[in-house]
Parts: sequence; structure tokens; C-alpha cells
Amino acid sequence: MREDQLIYRLDWITVATYFVLVIGGWLSIYAAEYNPDVNNSIFNFSTSAGRQFVWISTSIGLITFIMLLDFRIYDAVSYFVYGGILLLLIAVLFFGKEVAGSKSWFGIGSFEFQPSEFAKFAVCLAMARYFSKSTRNTSELNVQIIGFLLFFVPLILVVLQGDAGTAIVFASLVIVLFKEGMHPIFLIGGIGIAVLFILTLLLNQLVLLICIAAIAILIVGLVSKSLNKIIVTVTTAVVAVAFVLSVDFILTEVLKPHQQKRVMSLVNPNADPLGIGWNVTQSKIAIGSGGWFGKGYLEGTQTKFDFVPKQTTDFIFSTIGEEQGWLGSVLLIAAFTTLLVRLIYLANRQKSAFARIYGYGVTSILFIHFALNIAMTIGLFPVIGIPLPFFSYGGSSLWGFTLLLFVFIKLDAHRMQVLQRM
Amino acid sequence: MNRGLVIQFFIVTIGLVFAIRLLSIQVFNEDYKLAAENNVIQKIIDYPYRGLVYDRNNSLLVFNTPVYDLMVVPKEVDLQDSTQLCKLLQITHQEFVDKYAKARSFSPILASKFMEQIPNNLFASIQDQLVSYSGFYALPRTVRDYSSPVMANTIGYVGEVDRRTIRSDTTNYYKSGDFIGITGVEKEYEKYLRGKRGTRYQMVNVQGVVKGAFKDGEYDTVPIPGENIQLTIDLELQEYAEKLLKGKVGGIVALNPSTGEILTIASYPSYDPANLSGRDRGKNFLEIQSDTLKPLFNRPLQATYPPGSMFKVVQSLIALEEGQLGPDEKIMCEGGLIGDHAPPGLYDVRRAIEKSSNNFYFKVFKRVIQQGYDESAFLDSRIGLEKWHNYITKFGLGRKLGVDIPNESPGFAPSLSYYDRVYGENRWKFSNIYSLSIGQGELLVTPIQMANLCAIVANKGYYITPHIVKSVNNEPVQNFARNEVGISEENFGPVIDGMEQVVLYGSGLRARMPDISVCGKTSTVENPHGEDHSGFMGFAPKENPQIAVAAYVENAGWGARAAAATASLIIEKYLTGEIKRTWLEDYVLKGDFADKKVEKVEKRDTLQLKPLKEVAATLQ
Repeated sequence: MREDQLIYRLDWITVATYFVLVIGGWLSIYAAEYNPDVNNSIFNFSTSAGRQFVWISTSIGLITFIMLLDFRIYDAVSYFVYGGILLLLIAVLFFGKEVAGSKSWFGIGSFEFQPSEFAKFAVCLAMARYFSKSTRNTSELNVQIIGFLLFFVPLILVVLQGDAGTAIVFASLVIVLFKEGMHPIFLIGGIGIAVLFILTLLLNQLVLLICIAAIAILIVGLVSKSLNKIIVTVTTAVVAVAFVLSVDFILTEVLKPHQQKRVMSLVNPNADPLGIGWNVTQSKIAIGSGGWFGKGYLEGTQTKFDFVPKQTTDFIFSTIGEEQGWLGSVLLIAAFTTLLVRLIYLANRQKSAFARIYGYGVTSILFIHFALNIAMTIGLFPVIGIPLPFFSYGGSSLWGFTLLLFVFIKLDAHRMQVLQRM
Repeated sequence: MNRGLVIQFFIVTIGLVFAIRLLSIQVFNEDYKLAAENNVIQKIIDYPYRGLVYDRNNSLLVFNTPVYDLMVVPKEVDLQDSTQLCKLLQITHQEFVDKYAKARSFSPILASKFMEQIPNNLFASIQDQLVSYSGFYALPRTVRDYSSPVMANTIGYVGEVDRRTIRSDTTNYYKSGDFIGITGVEKEYEKYLRGKRGTRYQMVNVQGVVKGAFKDGEYDTVPIPGENIQLTIDLELQEYAEKLLKGKVGGIVALNPSTGEILTIASYPSYDPANLSGRDRGKNFLEIQSDTLKPLFNRPLQATYPPGSMFKVVQSLIALEEGQLGPDEKIMCEGGLIGDHAPPGLYDVRRAIEKSSNNFYFKVFKRVIQQGYDESAFLDSRIGLEKWHNYITKFGLGRKLGVDIPNESPGFAPSLSYYDRVYGENRWKFSNIYSLSIGQGELLVTPIQMANLCAIVANKGYYITPHIVKSVNNEPVQNFARNEVGISEENFGPVIDGMEQVVLYGSGLRARMPDISVCGKTSTVENPHGEDHSGFMGFAPKENPQIAVAAYVENAGWGARAAAATASLIIEKYLTGEIKRTWLEDYVLKGDFADKKVEKVEKRDTLQLKPLKEVAATLQ
């Protein structure tokens, strides 16, 4: 039967978007390294673009492999994969090699492997497995706490590796908790803390404390009839004040010097224009010089002449911004937005809870990468070393994201079979 | 509430936030575009060649010689051991460290000057090896060089433009690093000499490595060399004048009376202009500046002396023009009014000039000042002095002549208001100011004013403003005014005759030449600080004046000696092209003018003023 063939059941919108992003990324990597004097081919393996072509080819092999594998295997092996990854995350703390202040890579000969890239996949599997098999309501606090720990434990391990960027990526899985019925107060509280943190950096401490007090007094005045609400408000205000006072402590004692600098450069990128502020400043200059339609493919001067650091990986978006302008940038953002919105649509149509929750996990991970990567290149977020999915140069990350996405596409393709067989 | 929808909404919102943020930085903010250009576009200044300077006979006097600025881009420097490089550049290790630290603190990625103005001979040995030191490269420039070490003060020097000049430059031409004429002709003719900077825009990568011309050189401009200047100076004569002045202190100016062209303008002590060019300028400048003999003082233009007896020429002309003295009128001078070397007797204006009679001019000046317009001697003197001052001003005294060389001194000619200030209004008359009659008192003149005075006499009534530039870029400069002094031509006759007699029979004997009739007047200028100054002005030939010279030699005694001899040699050299009177040349070069064998004629010129009281008594 025609409909039974896998190829007709794949969600081609998602697959097509994937390939648009991968090919776009490949071309951008070529542009970022382009040197008119040398005129290398895009397939030259001594260049990043040439190597990316290899990663893309092998990713297609990986996709084929995923498609051939039985879709039920992921549900079955999820805890084993999770457990294995946890062991690797611990092992890398002892046996990993240190790169730029982070100890998150295994180096075996010339082959390098970053377990945290695949931990994202494992955590998504484990959370999907846990919530789907839970006999109790997933919105219950106990269930939520277990679900929280499923990503919080690897998050802590990644923080111990010194990789704050990836740790934030795990934190994005709170979206899955939210979808599974977490009380919004946690989400609001979390966002509140983040906002307060940034305000503390931006504003004078005294001014901020006065503002908090003023808002608290205002709220108390509005809800003066309910003692409970007054208590909650006052408690929140006290916690907020304590937090503000402790931010200084967090900044100086918890964060590493290079992370402190990154946070501070967000507040004032001109403070150290040749140091840590350089990345953001140069990235913004490259993007900002693009105008409506950009300078044209391979015509970008800022990226081509190496002004933007890490331009093939974390700052690949600056190449698009400079050469394709506002139009190209918005098209790229639209492509990502389409992919993410489509993934949620796909997740919602799943018959199995496992596939649905996994889908949300995938969306969360991809979303946080997309949002923070773009935000940091345009100076809306501190520089954290996370790539733009499918777009940035790098084998581990391309494979990791491909695995994450195509397992879900595979699950989606078999969504009708779930009820028949279970 | 469908939480899936909430998340979708959130994702789309983030996408919109990004689109709006990008709109603001990509489309509505020009700063980033500017910053992007600054990043990749490096502006290279091509400094123009400064205009050359020639003398009136097209001998090259000032030209440009190549030097090299050694530039460094600290980020590109990859130096294991600086010893070799220090040796190559002939600097100490400490100097190297300091210079490098300075460049680094300026910018690690932009080029800055490591060493300035390396002379060509040193650079030749560096050039070949420089390629092996990454981050270092040479930028060619030129500095001034001179074919002859003369006229340093008048030519002036060139240096890097300072911040104050850049700020006050209304044309906004100057940029830091440009050269500018700071003194002399270099300053006065700066806008012709400087040329126009060229600019190249080239693209560089983050390491500062050049990646080619920006837009294929569409915005580049080629440097335009400065315009060449031809001076009115006769280089050979100039060199000769400076040779004569060597070892003395003073100034000589020679003019072509019919054109106002400065043939020679010599000042001594002076300095070698090459010392104020190139990288040792600062050091040498301090040394020259601290010299007590003031080599930076351009004496022909800036030094002021009393005119002394040379001024009797002016007094004669004014008296004749005012009708206070007839061309053949004889006045009995018995002496006694004022100290005098001239013997008592009958004097007409010719004899008075020849013998330099002080008493004659005392009487004549009194007639000019007190012409009898008013009964009150005080008011009468006011009217007289005002007339006299007008003449003086027309003669170019007490004011700047408007020479095309900076820092000209106006000298001083006392006016009504000056005496009112000193004595009080209506409280002075002739008896207070009589020393003006013989060119002493408050009068102060510069050597060029005296040369110009001589030119006025030679021209019989007018002068062309003295100037030093003949043509700019082969276009003759012709805007120099003809200034009438308000003395009728016929009144010059007896004065010129008198000046001829000075040379033939009087104190100017040393200026006499066998075939050429020279007219002149000596001055022995009283100097309260030491030995008298020696002054002389003269022109020749009498019939068809070609040169007018004034010379002042400080502390050299009588005008009859140092100044007359020197000026006369200049006249001989210019008119005949050679020196036949080698004995006179030896006399000047030897420079010992204080010999005791005093000739009678020489003495006549010396002025001895009686105390004021004594004079006042005789006037009663």
C-alpha cells in the first residue's frame, strides 16, 4: 500500500526546512572563510566548508540509519542511553581534555567527541519515557520534581565541566515541564530571577532596591484585604532584595572571570572594545553594515577579513546579516520559527505520549539554541558558546541536532501505528 | 488553555523581536556601516613633494631628500630576539622596549610610527633585512635639504604641524603628521610650497594585512607636488655676503632699487638650515635656541638700530621739500650746539652730508620742526613734528614695509602721541627732540629699512616694496606696490651729490671703486651697551642704480670701516662679478676693525651728544 511506505509518511515540511538550513549554513561557512586570492572550492577539505560537506554527507547517512531502525527502539532504550550518557558526563570530568576553560571533550586520537551534545538527545528520551509511563498525573509536584531532576542532574555535570552555555540549553527543558502541567509560578519565578539579575547589572543597586520596595508597597496596597497575598508579596520582595544583594556575590564568586566579563560586556560592550566586547561589537558591526539587502554573497568585508571571531561556528549569523541584509536575516529567522512552530504542531498530533513529549523536548532544545545564538550575535544576550542548529560549522553539533530531529520525524511518521500495536 | 499554543506564540514573538532588533541595527542605524568601513578601510596618506626653491639664476637652493618612517603593527610582530633588530636600527634595547610599548599602547592592530625620519643612508642598510621582521614596514617621506648652508633664517624651516595650528586652521587642510612651513619663506609661501596630500583607501583584514584597493581605487587621489618658487636672491652674492659677515654680528640687505627685489639678505650669526630638517630637528633646535648670540634672530628684518648719520639723508630731503633749506643754501656752522667732528665753516647740503655735520642738521631740523606756524614753540613743534612724521612714515620707517618674509620688525619713529605720553601734552618742543636730527634718540630702524631708504634715493622718490619671491611655478609675482615718498625728484640731486662725495672724499672712502660711482653714507651708531655699531648704506652706479645696500655690523666701531667696506664689496661683487680690491676683502675677512691708526675722515662721523642741559642753555 502506497501510504505504508515510510517516504510518504515523513513530514516533508520539516525535512525541507532542515535541508534549507543545512545547505544555507554550508554556503555561509564558505562565505565566512572566502578569500578571493586563494579561491578555494567549496569542496576543498582543507577548509571548514569542505569539511562541513563531509559532516552533511555523513548526516544523510545517519538519517538513513534512523529511518531504517525500528521506531519503537527509542522508547525501549531511553533509560539505557540516559544512564550511559550520565556515566560519560561524569567520566569526561576525569578523563576529558580541557579546551578554552571547559573540560567537555573526549579526545581519542584525532577523533573528538563531546558527550554533552548527545546528552541533549538522551535527556529528551528519558523525559519522554518518564512522563509517558507515569501512572500519575504529570502535573503533580512529585512527578514534576523527578522530571526536573532528569535534566537538572546532567545540567549540573555540564556546569562542572565549565560549559555554562550547554547548561543553559538543558534548562530550556523546563518548557517540557510547563507543557506537562507545571505550575506557571515556577516559570514566572525563573524568568523573574533572570530579569532581576540583568537589572542588577544595569541599574544602581540602591535605585533597584527602592523600586522593589515601591512595587511591593503598591501591591500590598492593592491586595490589602487578603493577608495571604500580603505575606506572599512581602516574602517575594524580601527574596528579591536578598537576590539583588547576592548578585554581586554570584558575579564575583560563582562565575569564572571570563564569564563575568561576558556578562559585563553585555551591559557595556564598549568597556573593553578589544577584549571580550570585541566579539559582540564586531558581530554587530558586521550585521549592522548589511542594510536592507546585504552586500551580496561573498561580498561581506567584515566576516571575510576575519573581524568577527568564530564566524563559522557561534557567529555564523553575522555572515548572513552582512551579506544577505535584513531580508536574508529575517528569512532565516522565519525558517527557524516555521520549523519550531511546525514541530509543536507535529508533537500535538502524536498519539503516543512518548513521541509527544519527546517532540516538545526537541523543540525546546532547538528553540533555546536558536534564540540565544541569534540574541548573542546581535547583543541581546551575553556571549555563550552555543551554535546555531544545522547552520554552524561542526560535526558533533550537526550530528547531534540531526539525530535529535530525525528521531522525532521517524516517530511522527509512525504515529498511526502506535494505537494499532499497543 | 492550550499550552502548546502558548509556546508557539512565544516562539513567534521571539522571532518578531529579532526581526525588529535587526531592522534597527541593519537599516536605521548608520553607525555600524561607518564602523564597518573603519574596520576594513585603511586610509593611506601619500605625502606630496614640497615645492623646490631656486635663486634668481635658477640655482637650486632648497630641495627634498627621502627619509623613511618605520611603522609597526604590534599584533603582527613575531620577534624572538630583538638584539639583531636593535643593532640594525642602531638603537639600544631599552629604546626598543620603550618605542614598542608606546606603539602597543596606541593600538595593537593599527600601524604607528616606530622610528621617524630615518635618513636614506641608514635606511639603505635596513631595507633589505626589514622583510624578515613581520609587523615592521617603511613609509617613505621627504624632508628639506639645502644645496648651500645660507639664509637659514629667511628660508625658514619645516616641521610637523602642531595641534594648535590644526585647530586654528580655518581651511581644515592640515591633519596630524603633515609638514608645514614654520618660519621664513617656508611659512610665507606655505600654501604654494606644500602641494596637496594624496589619499589611498585600501582594505585590510583584522591583522592589518592589505587585501587590495577599496573599490579598485575609485576614491583614491594622487598627491600633487608643491609649486616651485624662484627667489630674487642671487645665491652667489648671498654666499659672499655671509662669508664677509662670518665671525661678526650684524645684517646686510641688498636690493635692486628699480624692482624692490631682495638680492641678498644676510644675517650673522646664523645656523646650518640642514640642522633644522630631519629627525634631529628638536634636539638641534634647543641647542640653537639656547645660543647667546641668537642665531635664530633674523637681523636684517628683526634687529633694530638707530639709523645714525644715514638719517641725515632723510633730514636733508624733508628740509628741501619743506622749503626750509635751499638746494644751494649755505649755513654757517660754528660748532658748539652739538658735538661734532666736522670742522666749523659754511655748509651747503652736499658738504653737510659729506662731512656729516651734526650742527648743520641740528639747525636744519630745528627749521623743519619749528616753522613758525604758531607763536608758541610748543604748538609750533607739534605741527612740525607731525609733518616730519608723515614723511618718515612714507619713507617706510617706524612701520613694517610689508616684506614677504614673516616677523618683520616695524622699528620705531616717534610720533606726537609718543612725546605727549613721555613729556605730557604741549610740554615738549624742539629742544626735547633734537637728537632726532642726526638719527639718534628714539629712532630705530632695521637694516632692510635702510636698504629701502637707499633704494628711495636711488629711485629719486619712490620704492617698490622689497620682496624675496620672484616667481611661483614660473608665474612672475607682480603685485608689489610702487610707493611714492612725497619728495620731488629735483630735491634728490644735491643729496645724491653729497652721498657721492662721502665715498669720494669723506668717511666712505673704503667704498670707493675705480670705475663705478658709488653714493653712500656711513653711520657710527652710539651703543650704550658697548662698542659702537658700524652702519653704511649705498647705491651704485650713481647714473643708473642697480643695487642698493645697507649693512650694520654690531660693535665694530666706525661706519667708515666694517659696514662701508662690507657693503662696498657686495656692490663690487654684484656689479662686476669679481673682487679686484682683495686688500679690502682681506681687511673685512680678518674682521679686526679696531686698529688705532685713526684717520681723520673716519672720525668725523662719530657723534658725541652734549648733555641735554648744556644744549638747552645754548638754545635760550
